Amino acid sequence: MVDQTPVTEYELHLHVDGELPVGRREAVEAWLANHPEDASRVASWREQAALIRQRFAHIAEEPVPDKLKLATIMRMRRSWGAIAAAAALAAFFIGGAVGWVGRGASAAAPSEVEVFTSDALGAHRLYIGEVRHPIEVKAEEDHLLPWLSRRVGTSLRAPDLSAFGLKLLGGRLLPGLASPAALFMYEGANGERFTMYCAKVNAARTAFRYDDSNNFGSVHWIEGNYGWALSGPKDRDRLKGIARAAYEQLENRAPSRSSENQLLSRRGS
Amino acid sequence: MNTFHRDVEAAIPALRRYARALTRDAEIADDLVQDTLVRALRSEHLFLGGEVRSWLYTILTNLNRNRLRSLARRPTLTPIEDNDAASASGPEAGGRDIERALAMLVDEQRTALLLVVLEGLTYREVAEIQGVPIGTVMSRLARARTQIKSYLDGERPTLRRIK
Repeated sequence: MVDQTPVTEYELHLHVDGELPVGRREAVEAWLANHPEDASRVASWREQAALIRQRFAHIAEEPVPDKLKLATIMRMRRSWGAIAAAAALAAFFIGGAVGWVGRGASAAAPSEVEVFTSDALGAHRLYIGEVRHPIEVKAEEDHLLPWLSRRVGTSLRAPDLSAFGLKLLGGRLLPGLASPAALFMYEGANGERFTMYCAKVNAARTAFRYDDSNNFGSVHWIEGNYGWALSGPKDRDRLKGIARAAYEQLENRAPSRSSENQLLSRRGS
Repeated sequence: MNTFHRDVEAAIPALRRYARALTRDAEIADDLVQDTLVRALRSEHLFLGGEVRSWLYTILTNLNRNRLRSLARRPTLTPIEDNDAASASGPEAGGRDIERALAMLVDEQRTALLLVVLEGLTYREVAEIQGVPIGTVMSRLARARTQIKSYLDGERPTLRRIK
C-alpha cells in the first residue's frame, strides 16, 4: 500500500539527491506521474546537476599540479620551520650586536620579537584606557589607512572584525622598534577594546604565539618582515580565534579601502 | 606517510574540482586548495578522527567564505563579457551559462548545491560543513535550484547580483 501523504517540495529534492527514505520512494514516483509540473521541475534540477558535473567533473581527473602535491606542501612546511629556527638564532646574535637591547644581560637579551610584543602590549594597555582619545584618526576618515601605510612603510589593512562584534574605531601612529608602528583600535558593544598593532620586525615568519602579562593577552605573528599583534582581554581561545580571522584576511590579500589599486595588478603576478 | 596524510592526498583531486566550481577561476581555486592543505597539515594534531574529506571541505568552504567577504568591500569590478550573459551563444555557451547561473547565487546556496550535486555529499555532511541544521541546507538547495532554473529558462536578471 503506497503512502498517500502529499509530497512536499523538500521531498522532491530528497528524491533528486537520492536521500528519500525507502518507504516514500514509491509515493513520490506516483505523485510525479500525476503532477507534470512537479515532474518537469524535477527534470530541470536533474539537468542542472548534469550540466554542473559536465562542466567541472574533468578537473578531478587532471593530474594534480606539483605545487598541490602533499609532498611539496610538507616540504614547504619543513623549510619554514628551518627558516624560523635559523632566524631565532640570528635574532639572538643581532640582539647581542645591537647592544642596547640586551645591555648587561647577554644570554637573556630580548629578541626583536620580544621587544615587538612588549611594545604592542604597552600600547594596548596605555590606549585602551583612554576614554576620550583612544585614537588619533577615526576609522571613517579616508586618510587613516593611506597615512599609516605611508609611515609604517607597507600597505596596511585594518582587518574587519565585525564577525566578532568588534567595530574599528580608528588608529594612531606610534614609535616602534626601528621605525613607526601603527595601532588600530576596535571596540565591542559592551565597551571591550581590542587592538591590532603592526610594526616592521626583522625576523622570519612565525606561527601564532600567545603572550600575556598583567591583565591582557596578545597573539602575535610575523609575516613578510612585519609583526602583527592582536591584544585584548586575557582569553587565549578567543584571541586566537580573532587573530586567525585577522590573519586570514591579511593573508588573503584582502583589499581594503586603501589598496584597491593594488588588487587590480595582483592577479597578474 | 600516515593514514591521515594518505586520506588528505586522496582528497586533493576532488578539492580542486570543488574549488574550481566555487570560484570558476583556476588560479584562485588552486590557491584555495593549497591554503586548505597547509592548514590541514598545520592542524593535524587537532583532527580527532572522523572523515578527513569532510573536514577538508569544511576548511576550503570557510576559506572561500572569508575570501568573498573580503572581496565584498571592494567596488564591484566584473569583466565586461560577464554583463552580456544574454548574448552568449556558440558551442561553449552551455558551460558558460551554468557558470553564470552559479555565479549569480548567494555563496551559501552555491556551496550547498555544489557539495551535494558535484561532490556527492549527503545533506547531513553538508549541514556539518556549513554549520547549520539540515532544514537550512534543504532550503538553500531549493533556492539555488529555483534561481538556476529561472536563469537557464531565460529570465536573466537585468541587474546582476554580484556574489
